[in-house]
Amino acid sequence: MNTPANLKYAKSDEWFDPATGKVGITDYAQNQLSDIVFIEIFVEAGETIEAGKAIASVESVKASSEIYAPASGKVAAINKDLPNKPESLNSDPFGSAWMIQLESASAGDVMDAAAYEKHCEERAH
Amino acid sequence: MTYIPISPHERDDMLKTVGVKSLDGLFEAIPAKHRFPKLDLPQALTEMEAYAELSEIANSNENVRGDLVSFLGAGMYNHYIPAVIDHMLRRGEFYTAYTPYQPEISQGTLQAIFEYQSLMSALTGMEVSNASHYDGATATAEAVNLAYAQFRGKRKRVLMSPSVHPQYRAVVRTYTQGMELETAGDDESNISLSPEAFANQVDENTCLVIVQYPDFFGRVNDYTKLIKASHAKGALVCVVANPTALAMFKTPGEMGADIVVGDGQPLGIPMWYGGPSVGFFTTRKSYVHKMAGRLIGETVDARGQRSYVLTLTSREQHIKRERATSNICTNQGLLALASAIYLSVLGKSGLKQVANLCYQKAHYAASELNKIKGYKVSSETFFHEFVLECPMPAAEVNAHLLEHAMLGGYDLGQDYPSRVNHLLIAVTEMNSKQDIDDLVAVLSEVSHGS
Amino acid sequence: MDPKIVEPTIFELSSHGRIGVTMPASDVPETALPPKDLLRSDLPLPELAEVDVVRHYMHLSKFNYSVDSGFYPLGSCTMKYNPKINEDTCRLPGFLFTHPLQPIETVQGNLALMYQLQEWLKEIAGFAGVTLQPAAGAHGEFTGVLMMRAYHKSRGDHKRMKMLIPDAAHGTNPASVGMLGMSVVTIPSDERGNVDLKALEAACDDTVVGMMLTNPNTLGMFDENIEKVIALVHKCGGLMYGDGANLNALLGIVRPGDLGFDVMHFNLHKTFAVPHGGGGPGVGPVGVAAHLVDFLPEPLVGILEEGEDDGETAPLFGYVKPAKTIGRMKAFNGHFGGGFVRSFTYIAMHGPDGLKDIAQYAVLNANYLQARLRSTYHIPYDRICMHEFVAEGRFEGSDVRALDIAKRLMDYNFHPPTNYFPLIVPEALMIEPTETENKDTLDAFADALIKIAEEAKSQPELLHNAPHITPFGRMDEVKAARELVLCCWLPEGYDTSA
Repeated sequence: MNTPANLKYAKSDEWFDPATGKVGITDYAQNQLSDIVFIEIFVEAGETIEAGKAIASVESVKASSEIYAPASGKVAAINKDLPNKPESLNSDPFGSAWMIQLESASAGDVMDAAAYEKHCEERAH
Repeated sequence: MTYIPISPHERDDMLKTVGVKSLDGLFEAIPAKHRFPKLDLPQALTEMEAYAELSEIANSNENVRGDLVSFLGAGMYNHYIPAVIDHMLRRGEFYTAYTPYQPEISQGTLQAIFEYQSLMSALTGMEVSNASHYDGATATAEAVNLAYAQFRGKRKRVLMSPSVHPQYRAVVRTYTQGMELETAGDDESNISLSPEAFANQVDENTCLVIVQYPDFFGRVNDYTKLIKASHAKGALVCVVANPTALAMFKTPGEMGADIVVGDGQPLGIPMWYGGPSVGFFTTRKSYVHKMAGRLIGETVDARGQRSYVLTLTSREQHIKRERATSNICTNQGLLALASAIYLSVLGKSGLKQVANLCYQKAHYAASELNKIKGYKVSSETFFHEFVLECPMPAAEVNAHLLEHAMLGGYDLGQDYPSRVNHLLIAVTEMNSKQDIDDLVAVLSEVSHGS
Repeated sequence: MDPKIVEPTIFELSSHGRIGVTMPASDVPETALPPKDLLRSDLPLPELAEVDVVRHYMHLSKFNYSVDSGFYPLGSCTMKYNPKINEDTCRLPGFLFTHPLQPIETVQGNLALMYQLQEWLKEIAGFAGVTLQPAAGAHGEFTGVLMMRAYHKSRGDHKRMKMLIPDAAHGTNPASVGMLGMSVVTIPSDERGNVDLKALEAACDDTVVGMMLTNPNTLGMFDENIEKVIALVHKCGGLMYGDGANLNALLGIVRPGDLGFDVMHFNLHKTFAVPHGGGGPGVGPVGVAAHLVDFLPEPLVGILEEGEDDGETAPLFGYVKPAKTIGRMKAFNGHFGGGFVRSFTYIAMHGPDGLKDIAQYAVLNANYLQARLRSTYHIPYDRICMHEFVAEGRFEGSDVRALDIAKRLMDYNFHPPTNYFPLIVPEALMIEPTETENKDTLDAFADALIKIAEEAKSQPELLHNAPHITPFGRMDEVKAARELVLCCWLPEGYDTSA
């Protein structure tokens, strides 16, 4: 499992990059969902959102999940390419499969990489 | 009688294995005071008695294949059903199978319904069809669910033409009563509006516009401009279509419709006093994730064979639960199969013949009826159904026709108070010239007698 | 490499100019067609002869497993044998060829049948009113929840927006609630498979619409505290919804209405032998207690004029509209021909004792299978079950999963049980044998499952790669979902002109 140290993580398996304001789902999440076939992003650029708000919905062959904002802020950009290649959520969750980018963002209830790894391990048992 | 294949001694062996003394002993979890109620039902019939009783019930009806000549349509039509369809439907492999959850042993159903999807796409001119809904009315309500979900509930208005089937509009209203959604547009005064003028009522809050093709009054309108105007306001458009008419007329797909739904009953399904039939639902590929209902897609199996599976199932209720767009689970598999066989065996030429016969006979009937003093047929373009304005309430005309063993048209006054004198007359390939001439003769009498 | 085609599609079989059915020539003077811009220019439908069509569908039919060909123990689906007489009665011309909008005087037979079926279902389940209109179980649920909502609203009780649903419930339950913008509160099950009473009590307050309960539940357990559960829900002003998916276990055994359920849908396609049709049609009538009768969908079938006691004059049946109806659930009369007539025939042929036999033998068969499998498969909720039970499809120290067991069963010529449901049992195998299977079949099925458990230890790859003897192997579901090929067309270059 990949858990980049520079990111912050929400309990519900989203990551937030304090440096760029980008948001996405974790490697653990994509692995749990397995083959992702659909992503719909609910929010639009310009919108101000609170941490915890549902920002997207993801469907895989076997499961479906809502994605919640790990941080509050103004939506500066959304990844318009992502709906055309939902499989990149499986192959590159921390890179090209970012979902939205926030500006003047403040993190919600998030943890660091080590704590998140522990959180994932606990659920595996 | 029952269908239980267990003999008394086998039963006793089995009870012993279970460790219970009697059949009644299996039910101790059930509150004693309510256990084993005495049901007040008639005693069991044998097969021979049941067949006789059901025959008697059926025979006490007057059917439209011998007892009555029918000019009644209004959403269910009397068409010829080729013999081959029921012979195939009676294959136990089709009708006693369940939903194809195990594709390795369900390819019969899966390929047949995949072909149904393809045939419906071809007929409506749309990219995608699902594996069917309950009927045309509920398919229309599911179109509202799609549109509402597409805008994530931000657009809160559905604009329905009053020329959409009254029962379909009623079902849309029932389905949407828990949503924050306004249904508008179907005032009687809008019936005479052109589609272009009706489109002026679309606003930025409208998620879906629903029109019918041919409409409830039988009129065939080109909705291209209405659809364009609706799209300009950001709304989606759903066309409720009659599948027989689609063999002749420009497809809603060609007009730019986002969703095309309808009832597949005219495609080889008996009227059966109202059901079951099949609701078809077709749309554009871009809306497929918001579409309710089962969907079959092509794939390959582990042996490299082309095969079919239920796909995109994670958008359905068993995965999404309360977040699903719809709670639908069942489709109308067997009736979808009937429609597919109908379209296969009639093929292009057969379906065109059916549509043409409907068109020709209906137009002959309209022109003859229009000649009777006091009766008037509107001059708008129609397919196989038209409005006949009578010199007296339609109910009286129908009563008179029934005395002559004829089912008149649908009495429009039941749904449109200003149209109590208006009959909606349907003519199909099942009506001979003689039937039509008889109708004209009886109505001429009614006209003179009044 | 192109995939191998086992059976071509109806489009691939098409050949330009072939004729299936010819319609008669027109017998009326010709009318010109409307202007060209209103007509379609192409009609890409296939062209085949009747024999081509028959062979195609015959080939396809052989790829299907069905109740007529073998044992189909899909849990919660009640795949019982469907008597053949029903196929004949539902096709009597008086039923096939009557129009739903005919004057009621001409269809008294149909209306009498519907009225009688309403009465029978009321009696069987203990309700004061029944609508036949809903098209399927999920449709019935939606109808029921709409009525519950309308009931509270009619009393000015607007704050009830919460539906209590056990964790073992079918997905349609929460989805029905979601369609009405209500929220779902999940109630856990206790270690005996009953509703956890403490959790229920904590969730009950004056915002509760009601509770949706399948009883027996999807574990096949009759809730041992059912009266307490219902009392708790009623005490907070909620209504009790019964999901009738598992009614087959209760015929002549107990009436849900007597237990205090306020609303329940029936699945005529499960309990009352309407064949499942490869996925439908279903038939989902809804029964209600007296306080909900006014909210039933319109129209119901009622008696408009009473008949005479002399038996000479029959009553006049017709349509009636409940006073506070939620409206119409579908067009016309519900699934009359394919549904009501079959179930009417079935109930008439069983009578009160025959119905009780159904439930007793359905429960006996399930318990017998459970007893035979107990020492091989872990049964997490192990007590006398009703018509079905849930086993775990996994073994200590083995990577074999429920899915593998399900697929391997096909090699033994059985349809697999429902798997991965209910969600609260890991690797669930949910087994419902129904009453129409004999002891030999049940024994053969149990033997196969026991053998498969051995194979799981000795040659697990046999299971991982199963099925082996079916005409098709496991499917690539990811490819289907990613590539989304949802229809096929006529071959390129085919003349599709209208």
